[in-house]
Amino acid sequence: MLYIKCPYCGLRAQKEFSYGGDATVKRPNINEEVSSEDWDNFVYMRKSPRGKHIELWQHIAGCRQWIKVQRDTATHEIFQTAKVTEEIR
Amino acid sequence: MSQPFRLNKEGLINRNKKISFTFNGKKLFGYEGDTIASALIANGIHLVGRSFKYHRPRGFFGAGVEEPNAKLQVEFNGHSEPNVNATEMELVEGLSATSQNCWPSVNFDVGAINNFLKMFFPAGFYYKTFMWPKSFWYKIYEPFIRKAAGLGVASIEKDKERYEHKFEYCDLLVTGSGPSGLASAYAAAKNGAKVILAEDKPRFGGTLLTDDVSIDNLSGKDWAEKIISELKSMPNVTVKNRSQVFGYYDHNMLVMFERVSDHLEKKSKFTPRQRLWYIRAKETILSTGSIERPIVFGNNDTPGIFLSAAAKEYMKVYGVLVGKKPLIFTNNDSAYETALEFKKNNVEPIILDTREEHSSELIDEAKSKGIDIRFSHGVIVANGYKKVKSAKIGKLNKDKNSFEKIETVDCDCICVSGFWTPSVHLASQSGNKLKYEEKIDAFIPDKKKQHETSVGAANGSFTLEESLKHGFENGSNLSAKITETKKEISIPNVNEKKYGAHDKFWCMPLPKNENPKRFVDFQNDVSVSDIEIALREGYRSIEHVKRYTTLGMATDQGRTSNLNGLQLVSNIENKIVPEVGHTTFRPPFTPITIGTIVGREVGMEYMPTRKTPMHEWHEKNNAVFVDAGAWKRPRYYKQGSETLFEASKREAKNVRENVGICDVTTLGKIDIKGPDAAEFLNRVYTNAWMKLPVGKARYGLMLREDGIVMDDGTTTRISENHYHMTTTTAQAANVLSHLEYYLQIVWPELNVNVVSTTEQWAGAAIAGPKSREMLSKLYPDLDVSNEALPFMGYKESEFFGVPSRIFRISFSGELAYEINVKSDHGMFMWEKMMEVGKEFGNQPYGTEALSTLRIEMGHVAGPELDGRTIPSDVSLNGLVSKKKDFIGKNSLGREAFNVESRQKIVGLIPIDRKSSIPEGSHIVQDQNAKLPNPKLGHVSSSCWSVENNNPFSLAIMKDGKNMIGKKFFAVSPLKNKSIEVEVISSHYVDPEGKRVRS
Ligand SMILES: [Zn+2]
Repeated sequence: MLYIKCPYCGLRAQKEFSYGGDATVKRPNINEEVSSEDWDNFVYMRKSPRGKHIELWQHIAGCRQWIKVQRDTATHEIFQTAKVTEEIR
Repeated sequence: MSQPFRLNKEGLINRNKKISFTFNGKKLFGYEGDTIASALIANGIHLVGRSFKYHRPRGFFGAGVEEPNAKLQVEFNGHSEPNVNATEMELVEGLSATSQNCWPSVNFDVGAINNFLKMFFPAGFYYKTFMWPKSFWYKIYEPFIRKAAGLGVASIEKDKERYEHKFEYCDLLVTGSGPSGLASAYAAAKNGAKVILAEDKPRFGGTLLTDDVSIDNLSGKDWAEKIISELKSMPNVTVKNRSQVFGYYDHNMLVMFERVSDHLEKKSKFTPRQRLWYIRAKETILSTGSIERPIVFGNNDTPGIFLSAAAKEYMKVYGVLVGKKPLIFTNNDSAYETALEFKKNNVEPIILDTREEHSSELIDEAKSKGIDIRFSHGVIVANGYKKVKSAKIGKLNKDKNSFEKIETVDCDCICVSGFWTPSVHLASQSGNKLKYEEKIDAFIPDKKKQHETSVGAANGSFTLEESLKHGFENGSNLSAKITETKKEISIPNVNEKKYGAHDKFWCMPLPKNENPKRFVDFQNDVSVSDIEIALREGYRSIEHVKRYTTLGMATDQGRTSNLNGLQLVSNIENKIVPEVGHTTFRPPFTPITIGTIVGREVGMEYMPTRKTPMHEWHEKNNAVFVDAGAWKRPRYYKQGSETLFEASKREAKNVRENVGICDVTTLGKIDIKGPDAAEFLNRVYTNAWMKLPVGKARYGLMLREDGIVMDDGTTTRISENHYHMTTTTAQAANVLSHLEYYLQIVWPELNVNVVSTTEQWAGAAIAGPKSREMLSKLYPDLDVSNEALPFMGYKESEFFGVPSRIFRISFSGELAYEINVKSDHGMFMWEKMMEVGKEFGNQPYGTEALSTLRIEMGHVAGPELDGRTIPSDVSLNGLVSKKKDFIGKNSLGREAFNVESRQKIVGLIPIDRKSSIPEGSHIVQDQNAKLPNPKLGHVSSSCWSVENNNPFSLAIMKDGKNMIGKKFFAVSPLKNKSIEVEVISSHYVDPEGKRVRS
C-alpha cells in the first residue's frame, strides 16, 4: 500500500485516495473551438510511461482535494506531491 | 504412555503440564511447549504423510518454517484446518491431527503405486500428457490429478473465529529475535525510538536457544531472556512473539501475522484467533536469520532424515531425540554441534564429513570426546521404506565424484547439513536485487531499495560476535537518525566456537548402476533427474525451469531446495550461480489463513450498511429490503402471503389510482453555492441553466468528456447563489468527485463550493393523482394549487412545525412531490404522511413499484444509462443545448454517434401479452438462426405494466426508431426463453406527459 503525502493533510495510506490519471493532460478551454484531432487526443490518448509519471489522486477519505503525485510506475517510488495549482518539474 | 524418545531433563517445555492429543486416531500426549512435531517424535512417530506426486512415505525434516513434508490436517478449538505445519503448530489440549494426501491410510497408501511408476512421472509430465485430447481435460485428467494430488481438505463450515486487523506505525521494526535482532531492538530502544520486535516462534532468542555460546558470562538463552524482559519494560517498545512479518510492501509497509490464541486452551470470545498487523515503519531491521540446506543424496526423503540443526533444536528446546543411532552427514562445522549434543545425551553419533581430514575447534572437541568422525565420507543412499534403517555410505576419492570404498552402516536417523542459506525473502520483497556471495554459496541483500537493513545471518554473517556487533551498530545508527539521540552501548563479550571453512559440496554422486531418487524439492517431489530433463529439453531461464519442474513452487517456497536446485542447474550448464539467477520471492513467507486476510470484514461487517431515518418503520411494516450500494431500500412491503410480483403490482397500481409514498432519502444530494454556481451548472449539464429562476427545479443531464451519459437528476435553485443538486443513488459519490475535479483543476477561477448533503436530508416522494389533496392536508396553510406550485416548482414551508422543502418533481410520471426534512425529522415526516394519507388510500411503495412506474413511462435509469449510451440513444437529445459548450459536447459530433443506424431506446411488448421478457435478453431477427446469431439490441428494463396489464420492457436497439411496429425475438439463453415481441414507443403510458403537469 502506497504512502502518499497529501499537501494538505500529510502522509496518509493509499486507502484514503482514489486515482485520477495523467495530471499533465490539459482540457481545452470552455467555449473554445477545438479540432477533432485535438479533442480526441484530450479524451482518449494517454502515455503509459515506465518510470516517472505525474498523476492526479483525490484524497476522497480525507480533505477531498485533488492533488498531483509524481510516481515511478515501475517501482511505485513517489518523488514529489503537490497541490494541483503547483508545478511539478 | 511413556515417550520413548523424550530426554529426562533437557528442553524448554513445561513438564508439569501434560497435553493429550490424537494422531490418526491414536491417543498420545506431549507437554506444554511442544509442537505437534516434537510430541510425535517424542512418541517415536516419524511417518506422518505421503509425498505430493509419488506418494512416498514422508516424515519430519525440519523444526520450523523450513519444514517441507509434515503438513497435517488439524482439528482444534472446533475447526478443521488443512496443511498445518506440524513443526510450527503448538500442541493444545484435545487437538487431533491426521495425515493428508494418503488413502486409505498413511501406512497403506494406494497412491504409492505412483512411486513404482515413476518413470511415467518425469518433469513436465502434466504438461505433456494431459494436453491431448483437449476434451479429456475437464472430465478425466483434471479430476484425477486433483484426487491424486490432494493436499488437505478445506473446511466447509463457517469460520466462527474472530480475526482482527491492526494498523501500527513505528520508527524501527525488527523482524526476528535472534542475537542480531535483539541487539538492534535494544540499541534503538535505548535511543528512545518506537520499536516493534517481532518473533515468529513462541520463544524469543532464535539461535541463542540452541547454540553453545555465552554473552557477558550468561548463556545465550539467559542473555536473550534478560534483553527481552528489559525491552518489555520499556514504554516505547512492543515485543511480539508468535508473530511473523510475512510481507514487505511498497513504501516501507510490512504486514505481520500474529497467532493470538491458537495455542490457548481457553480464551474469551472477544480474543481474536489471529491478527493481521499493517506496520508502516520508518526503518526496518531484517534479522530473519538463515535456514540450513541439505546435501542431496539417494532416498534423502525417507522418514528419519533431518536437517542437523533441527535435530539439535529438538534436543535443546523440546528435550526430544530424533533417533538413538544417528548419522551426521555434513560439509561444514555446524553439524558437529549436533553431534556433540547427541553425545552429551549419551547417544553415539557417527559423523560423515565430505571434507578431507583437517582440524578446527569443533572437530578437535568432537575428537576429544571420542566421536567417530569419517572424513571424505558421505551418505550415498538411505535404506528403509517408512523409516531409515541403514545407509550406504561411501568414501569419496579426491575428485569427489567417485568412491574409494562403499559400505553400509546401521542408523535410525540421518542428520544432514549442507551449510546455511540466509533468509532473504523480506529483503527481496522490498525490491532489493540480492547478490551472490561466493564465500557462503548463497544470495545476500545488495544495495538498499527501501529502508531495509539486513543484519546477522540474514545478511550472511554467521558468527555471534559479528551478528551482535552489526545489530547494535545498525539499531543505534538507524534510530539515532530518527530520534536524534545516541546512547553509548557497550558491545558485550562473546564466547563462541570458531567454525572452519565449509566444503562447496552439495550433491552426493551415485555409484554406477544405482539410480535411487535424489530429491531437491521435497514438498513438490522434484528430483535431480527432473531438473536434468528440463535442461535437456532446452529450458534455460531459472524461472522456466522452476515452472516446468515446479521446483520451489510449493508452500515452503523452496526454503530448503532453491539453492541446491540452482547449484544443479549451474553445474549442468557450466555457469556460475549468479548468472543463473534466483527465482522471485513472494509474500506470504508462510501460508496464512484466509480469515486473517479478511479480518472483521465478514457478514454484516463486509461493508457499511446505510439505513435511512425511516428504516425502522419499513422493518416494522414488513418491508423486504434490497441493496442499493451500501443502502438498504424497501423493495416492497409484503402484505399477507404476497409475492414480490403481486406486492409491487399492488403498490404501483395504487400510485396510478390513488397516492403512494416512497422513501427517496438515498438519492445523492449535493449543495452547490457561490456566485458562479449558475455558470458552473451550465458547463456541467447539457441543457441551459443560466436562466433558471429562484424557486424552480430543472431536470439535468450530465455527460463524461467522451459524450457518454454520466448521470441525471434535478437541480433546484434555492436562492440566488445556492442550488440543490440530486443525483442517482448509485452515482452520488462519482458525481461529487467529478464536480470537485472541474472546480479544483479545470476551472479554479469559478467561485463555487460543493458539498455532499445526502445524509443531511430525509426524503419522501408523494406520487399519484391524489397527491395534491394529500399535500394540502400536510400543509394546511400553504397554497399548493397548480398555479402556486406548478410542475418543477419549489417551496419551503413548515411541516407540522419542522422546516421542510417541497419539490414538485416526478419520477413515477404521476402528479408528484418530494418532501425533504432534516434527517432527524425523517421518521416524524413519514409517520405523519402515513397518518394523513389514510383517507386518500395512501400506501408506501418500494423500489420494485418505483421501477414499474418509471419503466412504463419510458423514464431512463441506470440500466439504460449504462456507460454506453449518449443522449440521443435514450431520447434525451432535447436536453442537449446547441448554443453553449458543456462537458462532453465536442464528443457528440463523433461520426459513430451520428450514423442513422445508431442504437435507440424503444419499448417492447410480447405478442402474447403474457410472457415477461427477461432483462438482458438479446433481440434477434430469427430465433433459430445459426450461431453467432446477429444481435440487434438488448432488453434493459422489464416490468408488468399496471396501466395496461401486460408485460412491457425498455430496450436499446440498433436503428430503434425505425423498428417500431416490427416483430422480433427476445432471446435469453440464460433463462432458456425466447419471446416474440413487438417494438413500440418507449413511452408506453402518458406519452405527452400530461399527468405530471396536471
Ligand atoms: Zn488531504
